[in-house]
Amino acid sequence: MSDHNEQHHIVPKSVYFAVFITLIAMTWVTAWVSTVDLGRLNIFVALSIAIFKASLVILFFMHVKYGTKLTKFTVLAGLYWLVLLLFIAMCDLWTRGWMGVPGR
Amino acid sequence: MASHAVSTTLRHHFASDEQQKDAATIGMWVFLVTEIMFFGGLFLAYFAYRQAYPAAFASASNKTNLWLGAANTTVLICSSLTMALAVHAASMGKKTLLVLFLIMTLLLGGAFLGVKAYEYHDKWVHHEIPGQHFECEGCEDAGHAPLFFSLYFAMTGLHATHMLIGFVILVILIVQAARGKFTEKWYTPIEMFGLYWHFVDIVWIFLFPLLYLIDRSHTGLK
Repeated sequence: MSDHNEQHHIVPKSVYFAVFITLIAMTWVTAWVSTVDLGRLNIFVALSIAIFKASLVILFFMHVKYGTKLTKFTVLAGLYWLVLLLFIAMCDLWTRGWMGVPGR
Repeated sequence: MASHAVSTTLRHHFASDEQQKDAATIGMWVFLVTEIMFFGGLFLAYFAYRQAYPAAFASASNKTNLWLGAANTTVLICSSLTMALAVHAASMGKKTLLVLFLIMTLLLGGAFLGVKAYEYHDKWVHHEIPGQHFECEGCEDAGHAPLFFSLYFAMTGLHATHMLIGFVILVILIVQAARGKFTEKWYTPIEMFGLYWHFVDIVWIFLFPLLYLIDRSHTGLK
């Protein structure tokens, strides 16, 4: 497997600088776009940019892109449980008002 | 047997340097996953109360200083870059550069906490700390505004605590690096601390839009 060789993979500095410039640019884009009235879309744009930035940090700064399959699996498992926590709880809270409660 | 005793940093219960490093990486990530769930609970509390009291959260959020928030995000991303460059220098065996980048990471982290302290002081002066003397001038649904500020202090406070812990570890690593403890063959503590520092950066990447940028379209950049 190529896993063994990837252990010795040293990320070129140019990759770090490219990621860094993107992260800085996206920070100011998200600050600016928050002042544009997109209605309910504002939160989705803000979170999409944050998820994009976090992905860059995880893949390149934290070397997960060059890591072993077990590392990738561990990271994904952690994110999966976070999504379960947030999504299931929010499904409950979002939909509570959809149906009348008998007797109320 | 002599062929096994080549590396002085290889513990006897590992078959090879690669296996030892893989084990450390997995261990660190498992720890970070518990950290994700630790912060996840606070994020869930935030989303739950935000959808319950959107007006209170929007107007209370506009009390934060967008410029300071964006500038601080920039500072923290810079410290993430210097940390990544420190790991790079370590992997090349460049001791002086490693120490230099670690010190830069420490200074940038200090700048972040300095700005944070200034913001906390600002909130104290304006009575925006939940409690007996809480005031939220011009806030909609001001009765629920303390919820936003409680979450603001809990989330940024937990984040800042992680940075303070990072400071202590950074100082130890700087001393060890200056004494030449790390080589291009073994710099696992530097790499593992890098993972921790980048994780703290990721938490802030989410805190910034969620705490500073709600409903700014009605108040603009100010």
